[in-house]
Amino acid sequence: MNPIISVSGLTKVYANGHMALRDIHLDIHSGEILALLGPNGAGKTTLISIICGIVNPTQGSVTVNGYDIVRDYRITRSMIGLVPQELTLGSFDTVWNTACFSRGLFGKEPDRAYLQQVLEDLSLWDKRNSAIRTLSGGMKRRVLIAKALSHQPSILFLDEPTAGVDVELRKDMWRLVKGLQESGVTIILTTHYIEEAEEIADRVGVINNSELLVIDDKQALKHKLGKRQMTIELEQPITSIPNSLSGWALELSAAGRQLVYTYDSYSEHTGISGLLNAVNEAGLLLKDVSTSQSSLEDIFISLVRAE
Amino acid sequence: MINVQAIKIIYKYEMLRAWNTIMQSFISPVISTVLYFVVFGSAIGSRIETVEGVSYGAFIVPGLVMLALLTQSVANASFGIYFPRFTGTIYEVLSAPVSFVEILLGYVGAAASKSFIIGMIILATSGFFVDLNILHPFWMLSFLVLTCISFSLLGFIIGLWADNFEKLQLIPMLVITPLVFLGGSFYTIDMLPPVWRTVSLFNPVVYLVSGFRWSFYEVADVSIEISLLMVVLFAVVCLAIVWLIFKTGYRLKH
Repeated sequence: MNPIISVSGLTKVYANGHMALRDIHLDIHSGEILALLGPNGAGKTTLISIICGIVNPTQGSVTVNGYDIVRDYRITRSMIGLVPQELTLGSFDTVWNTACFSRGLFGKEPDRAYLQQVLEDLSLWDKRNSAIRTLSGGMKRRVLIAKALSHQPSILFLDEPTAGVDVELRKDMWRLVKGLQESGVTIILTTHYIEEAEEIADRVGVINNSELLVIDDKQALKHKLGKRQMTIELEQPITSIPNSLSGWALELSAAGRQLVYTYDSYSEHTGISGLLNAVNEAGLLLKDVSTSQSSLEDIFISLVRAE
Repeated sequence: MINVQAIKIIYKYEMLRAWNTIMQSFISPVISTVLYFVVFGSAIGSRIETVEGVSYGAFIVPGLVMLALLTQSVANASFGIYFPRFTGTIYEVLSAPVSFVEILLGYVGAAASKSFIIGMIILATSGFFVDLNILHPFWMLSFLVLTCISFSLLGFIIGLWADNFEKLQLIPMLVITPLVFLGGSFYTIDMLPPVWRTVSLFNPVVYLVSGFRWSFYEVADVSIEISLLMVVLFAVVCLAIVWLIFKTGYRLKH
């Protein structure tokens, strides 16, 4: 499958010498939801800004549907809608006017019916004649989305779409994103919320310190980098791990009442049966056994910390 | 392929913005011009003899129109592009399939149209105070249009260069206003001592006012050809600067 967006060797050094992106290679598949995770200042917004044409790259190239973003900017940009992170809106415009403006800017003929549909989908139709400055933060966020969708893009960038947004609106947005994906739109979103990536993304990329550390299918990422842990609860606390159990990576916790075994559940031999036997032979009485899978959050934290 | 829709929509929304702030956009420049007429034309002018056969009230009309045109063109165009940069809404224009030429046509076109309208309103208003006699209407309109465009270009440059509101006001206040006042709006440069007459010839506004006044009364400080040449030259210089800005993405793209 040809990627809809292909980033290769992308580097950005700002005029003040700050390196925001370092040799980024990234393919985005048509119709997927890709979440870019990373702490503040990692380079996520710079990456999006370059693809959308707001920031000039220092090195490297980006193609959208095979077209170069610099040479064929008219074609690439008309395919892309961008919802910026900041609530940047002309405060005196009305909702309707600003949506019409966005559509016109992208070279599309006015289309009342389509814009009405977009505003209705975003619960903005009742507010169409309101000045933007009178709207709440959440409503302004919706207006930004309406503007980005006004020209019927096939790729949508959402830069921190749910930052500072209440739970209900966040859920609404996830529904919207899923709906857009079903209609064939490719979605790239940046977020701090790992929960968000876990909930809606197909693939997840982690950016830290200007570098793309990893990008993979959400499940594959958990397989590859995630760890499973088995917690063995003991009837009686122990002070040290018996020598006979030294062959397993065990940790003693909960004041000697728990043995925690970290293992790779996808390897051929997890070592669980052997461990349980050995525990038995060591004369330790089991109270309970439980296993857990590390979340995307654990993976993210361990990746970013390892930097 | 030109994105005509985008030019139209930028133009339309810039004009709409002027309409929404009609007091500031159209009424206030007209009021201040009327005040000039009352003070200079009627009160002081009644004690001044004719200037080269033209009554003083009528003599200052072209200068007053130019004064309004220059300040309004610069103010409109600089604010028009500075404000989206300031609020961040420029992201949308930059991420749209719009070339810099189209952005320029939309913003500068709207700013120039606004000052053209203001110029015409002031001209019409002045008809209530003095007898207007326009000997060369074609040249009058040409000077009007060229001035609107070239000073809107200058305003656009200022709006791109400024990175705070103070800088936005700086050039209009410290450069343009003095140039206009010393550019023969209210007098002919023949009235000045020889040294200042020579100095005045370095002021581009002198050529604008002189050419514009010539189209009314055939009274001029410098020949009409030189006036026209200077206005065109000024427009070309501004265009070249804008072209350079767009080529490098200065202040627009990091």
